[in-house]
Amino acid sequence: MGEQPAIRAEGLHKRFGAVPALAGADLQVPAGGVVAVLGPNGAGKTTLVRILSTLLPPDAGRAWVAGLDVVRQAAAVRQLIGLSGQYAAVDGYLTGRENLRMIGRLSGLRRAAARRRADELLELFDLTGAARRTARTYSGGMRRRLDVAASLVAAPPVLFLDEPTTGLDPRGRFGLWTLLGELAAEGTSLLLTTQYLEEADRLADTIVVIDAGRVIAAGTAEALKTRIGGDRLELQARPGDDPRPLAAALAGLGSGPAAVHAETGRVILPVTDGPGILPAVATRLAANNLRVADLALRRPTLDDVFLTLTGQAAASPAQADPAGEQRHDRDAAAARTA
Amino acid sequence: MTAAAATAVAPVTARADGLGWVLANIATVTGRNLHRLVRVPTLAAFATAQPVMFVLLFTYAFGGAIHPPGVEHYVDYLLPGLYVLTIAFGASQTGVAVAEDLTTGMIDRFRALPMARSAVLAGRAAADTVRNLFVLALMTAVGTAVGFRFHAGPAAAAGAIGLALLVGLAFSWINALIGLLVRDPEAAGLAGLLPVIALVFTSSTFVPVATMPGWLQALANVNPVTVTVDALRALCLGGPTAAPVWQALAWIGGLLAVTVPAAVLRYQRTTAS
Repeated sequence: MGEQPAIRAEGLHKRFGAVPALAGADLQVPAGGVVAVLGPNGAGKTTLVRILSTLLPPDAGRAWVAGLDVVRQAAAVRQLIGLSGQYAAVDGYLTGRENLRMIGRLSGLRRAAARRRADELLELFDLTGAARRTARTYSGGMRRRLDVAASLVAAPPVLFLDEPTTGLDPRGRFGLWTLLGELAAEGTSLLLTTQYLEEADRLADTIVVIDAGRVIAAGTAEALKTRIGGDRLELQARPGDDPRPLAAALAGLGSGPAAVHAETGRVILPVTDGPGILPAVATRLAANNLRVADLALRRPTLDDVFLTLTGQAAASPAQADPAGEQRHDRDAAAARTA
Repeated sequence: MTAAAATAVAPVTARADGLGWVLANIATVTGRNLHRLVRVPTLAAFATAQPVMFVLLFTYAFGGAIHPPGVEHYVDYLLPGLYVLTIAFGASQTGVAVAEDLTTGMIDRFRALPMARSAVLAGRAAADTVRNLFVLALMTAVGTAVGFRFHAGPAAAAGAIGLALLVGLAFSWINALIGLLVRDPEAAGLAGLLPVIALVFTSSTFVPVATMPGWLQALANVNPVTVTVDALRALCLGGPTAAPVWQALAWIGGLLAVTVPAAVLRYQRTTAS
């Protein structure tokens, strides 16, 4: 793909009825690069992926994959891309092997090549044992692996993954991360969307944070973390205690001012060197004769990113743990698209 | 997992243009739908139990009361109409399946592939045609067991089956369009069935139009179900065939000329929601 960026988007706008999904999104994925689009439900992630993968035309703005216009040269773009959408889109009444062979044939592979490719991918995704079972008997994680495998059938140089680890257990998630890392190392350009900072951090060279259809920050994971101030020190006041004296006692220790949540009795302090600061925290608390119910050091979550970048919490409660609660029922998905 | 194999192969691809490529795509999608036909319980029931039930129930429940002129056994009169009814009912499953493919993201997946734009719907219609051929054979066999006979010779009988398959093709495309527009599988199934029920019972399917009240006769005579059932009946029982068959073909051609481009256009513009 030479010097062309793998993906370029300029000023993408899209609205559904009165609801704006994208309001001027710009993006660039260099050839062989990995970009994670990070954002809460309804931020426009799925709409962005659908426009870039030729499924939806933008209302305004333009986008290119390997220099090809996604609207005017859509057919040529489809020869270069793989897409794993927000659902595990596999045919439940076909076996795992039949699903992959079908996608292979429809991707233009000859019969023998489609057959060979299906078996390779089943092996690669640890599905050989289930190859002859219909996909409806698969667990959620197996369906998702089959779905990602289907997007790799034609060995596309550009891959779109819309929340690829949703529905995977920790083992499946780490396995997929490893695989995606190796794909990237071999030169596949990747654009993935995620709600999880940890996932973006782990996989991407560049993280693009979007909110309300707009890119609000873009940069390396390091740059982003510096901007949001590294770790978080969380103190929980004892039931009935006022948390404000805790915040006052810690003044100057963090990389920014402490946030006090009066109703939950919680104090959150952004810190750069978490473990290094703990002795000082203990000293300050003891000197002020303050006691806490709980004290924890944690990595920043999507909520923290949004607190810092927009001054408000993400629109929906994001989980710090990607294996956390499933919110992928149809209603949530529909709400997110809108 | 190791990714060594993920990009290592340079898959051997066919050329993505030309009629051969379109037909290969359609064949692949047809294969998918035929697999489903055997494995999805509701589809299998629509294709087997329902046709047998229709032939037996209507023959014995209505056969004693209805004596159309010029027909010795009611089943001779009934079966051509049941061909249309059963095929039309079965076609509602196409609307359900297309709406399901939409909501589960399968259509998004297909649309992002370098495949022919018409193949997903045409492959579905082709699989329906195979199913319909099976259903027609099954109904004819059961009908024959309870007294049905083709009275106009083998060529006309083959013509009747061929015309019934074309009727099925029109219903498949109508329901594919319904599925894409309605988007909800259950609603699509209902939207495919209700108009069929209304049209079938206001047609010559079960009773001669001449027995209906005058205002209903006027409707029944222009009802496309009457037109096609009369054509099938002429081919099965004998009598003048040219006029009714041409009228039926005109209806089918007209419906396909509208629904095929409309459905393909809609398909190209639709995404999961």
